[in-house]
Amino acid sequence: MSSGPYQSWGRIDFGPQIGMRFDQRLSPLPEVETGKSILPYGNGRSYGDSCLNTGGVLIDCRHLDRFISFDPESGVLRCEAGVLLADILDMAVPRGWFLPVSPGTRLVTVGGAIANDVHGKNHHRAGTFGCHVRSFELLRSNGERLLCSPAENTEYFQATIGGLGLTGLVTWAEIQLRPVANAYIDQEVIRFHNLTEFFRLSEDSDEKFEYTVAWIDCLAKDVSLGRGLFMRGNHAPEIARTEPKAPRDGPSIPIAPPLSLVNQLSLRAFNALYYHKQRGDDDNRQVHYRPFFYPLDAIGNWNRIYGPKGFYQYQCVLPMEGGEAGMTEILRKIAAAGMGSFLAVLKIFGDKPSPGLMSFPRSGVTLALDFSNSGGKVLSLLDQLDGITSAHGGAVYPAKDARMSAELFRQAYPRLAEFSKYVDPAFSSSFWRRVEGPASQDSG
Amino acid sequence: MKNIVIFGAYSAIAEATARHLAPSGGRFFLVGRDSGKLDQVAADLKVRGATETHVFASDLAVPAGVLASIEALYGTFDTVDVALLAHGTLPDQKACEADAGQTLAAFEINGLSHIGLLTLLAERFETQGTGTIAVITSVSGDRGRQSNYVYGAAKRAVSTFLDGLRHRLAATSVQVIDIRPGFVDTPMTAAFDKGPLWASPDKVGADIARAIEKGRTVVYTPWFWRYIMLIIRNVPAFVFHKTKL
Ligand SMILES: Cc1cc2nc3c(=O)[nH]c(=O)nc-3n(C[C@H](O)[C@H](O)[C@H](O)COP(=O)(O)OP(=O)(O)OC[C@H]3O[C@@H](n4cnc5c(N)ncnc54)[C@H](O)[C@@H]3O)c2cc1C
Ligand SMILES: NC(=O)c1ccc[n+]([C@@H]2O[C@H](COP(=O)([O-])OP(=O)(O)OC[C@H]3O[C@@H](n4cnc5c(N)ncnc54)[C@H](OP(=O)(O)O)[C@@H]3O)[C@@H](O)[C@H]2O)c1
Repeated sequence: MSSGPYQSWGRIDFGPQIGMRFDQRLSPLPEVETGKSILPYGNGRSYGDSCLNTGGVLIDCRHLDRFISFDPESGVLRCEAGVLLADILDMAVPRGWFLPVSPGTRLVTVGGAIANDVHGKNHHRAGTFGCHVRSFELLRSNGERLLCSPAENTEYFQATIGGLGLTGLVTWAEIQLRPVANAYIDQEVIRFHNLTEFFRLSEDSDEKFEYTVAWIDCLAKDVSLGRGLFMRGNHAPEIARTEPKAPRDGPSIPIAPPLSLVNQLSLRAFNALYYHKQRGDDDNRQVHYRPFFYPLDAIGNWNRIYGPKGFYQYQCVLPMEGGEAGMTEILRKIAAAGMGSFLAVLKIFGDKPSPGLMSFPRSGVTLALDFSNSGGKVLSLLDQLDGITSAHGGAVYPAKDARMSAELFRQAYPRLAEFSKYVDPAFSSSFWRRVEGPASQDSG
Repeated sequence: MKNIVIFGAYSAIAEATARHLAPSGGRFFLVGRDSGKLDQVAADLKVRGATETHVFASDLAVPAGVLASIEALYGTFDTVDVALLAHGTLPDQKACEADAGQTLAAFEINGLSHIGLLTLLAERFETQGTGTIAVITSVSGDRGRQSNYVYGAAKRAVSTFLDGLRHRLAATSVQVIDIRPGFVDTPMTAAFDKGPLWASPDKVGADIARAIEKGRTVVYTPWFWRYIMLIIRNVPAFVFHKTKL
């Protein structure tokens, strides 16, 4: 029955998961034991419990992965929901098309990208993935198949984008790709010395660059608080004379070491080295899209370095107004605790609205970073970060979350009640049971 | 431009193999039972680079289905560059032990249909003098085991047939490839618990595509099964019979 074991990317144990393969889009949903809820499962690249269903059943969509049609003139692609973004790139880039929006890993499915309404380094220009979805089919537990688009079944379209897999199963989707001349990015990397400089660089860059993101050293304190490297880039209009080499993936972490290899010492060394890795303050070059968008994909199963207890990721967004002060507070807390991660990512989100009712991205500044699962210590730090996020009117990203409170969720997602109306009664997730709270339970 | 025929075209392993072949173009002729599923695979391969796709729905467990599909194939293509035979079932060993009808039916779809197809294809390939015939058999054919010797025997029959065919065609440049997968995570094995020896259809498909390109003869996939089976074949019977394999 299962091709598990099913886990989420953070590798925290949420109990055993049962999976059932769903690989034919015309088939009905598999029948499960009465009383058990179901949840679609993509490629398990969500970090916490939003892609898990302890006690219920996961509908494994990874093999629902056929292309249906592609028009190389218009760049419109229709494919099944289990197709990986990596497969789309492999097929489309040689034909001059690229993903409209791409998260930090290409190993996610189209269904997963819709259900979390994922964002990328071009959010300030292109908005979320959902902004580029033209239509999809939603299979509900009563057997109904709803064709959803901005014009048809609009409520389901909006509820499903960012809908955490709860509104039904997306069988196929049609997305609009964006044209590119080649596989390369003209990239600039600029060192910045503190948070204020980051905000200035972002403001300068967001107009001229389609892609912007910053890596920060979250262990740096005081005057260096928020120091880091700012990366910005555009699709290369043409390939430089010496054609850069396409990268090969590196090794994979074969097994989880018995202990987390990530500790204060290794972190400090890594972060300091990374910050100083380039000699000058600026570094400009042409790079293949893979190292630019997906540096972590080069090391298979890198999530195993955190050892058997796994890790948490925390991603929040704070509104621009008061954002710098809020981020300063957050970074201070993390630096004081000395618990940050290899890669803390900072980015400014733009204000392009998403069709999704429950989308995480919203105008403001977002921070994402990992924390080794050291138990109570890290949980209490994360609660404190929630406090700051909440006080600033911000939100935490469900795709990365394993522990936020129902209260914060409700506060950060004001359209929750409206959304709940479209949740399929047979669908649920570990995350949903955790945050839904009794208020909306009786309506389902 | 290659002409490629796949029997059992929506088998998980065949589909994965075809995905590795399609980016270099090619005309595909896809045979299977369910025309809806064949159409889905055809559309997918088109997007991935196939220049032409044809589908033919046929039940390969019956001789008429075998004949009809070969007829349709050569009604569409004059010559075939690559033939991949991937259809099959995993019979319920216990049920076969209790019912000779089921045993024979298992042989029909896992052995006789291949032998029928190969007989018809061999004639054409011999005249043609070139091309590749690739057949998915199984490591199960390497030694009969109490848990699935009906399946294993049918696969072994095909392997032996392929040995002979390779011998017969040795003077031509036709390649005859016997592909022996180990445990692959596909609908056929959905009921099994998966462990570290299990491979993905994509991995096995990549191996098969490479074997077709390189013109190998006997291919174990993933590669380590060659050594596992070497051991299993050589374990003396008095030890082997104590196992539950
Ligand atoms: C290294 C790394 C970097 C990342 N970077 C980013 C980033 O930059 N931006 C960003 O937004 N996210 C990022 N993420 C998170 C990731 O993009 C999301 O969690 C994504 O949703 C994972 O997709 P998946 O296919 O693995 O789906 P899963 O994690 O398996 O599932 C995610 C959700 O999708 C639902 N789902 C899956 N398939 C279907 C379907 N067919 N129909 C309906 N619902 C479905 C599930 O129920 C679940 O709610 C990153 C993750 C990693 C590991
Ligand atoms: N999976 C493994 O571990 C494994 C190991 C060694 C060898 N193999 C071999 O690999 C090959 C591919 O199998 P798979 O693992 O990819 O499983 P699969 O996805 O179940 O494929 C088997 C295919 O055979 C088709 N088929 C069955 N009976 C048929 C008939 N009467 N007429 C036409 N087509 C028929 C099935 O079509 P329907 O769906 O219409 O029945 C199905 O598409 C098989 O030969 C199998 O024996 C598999």
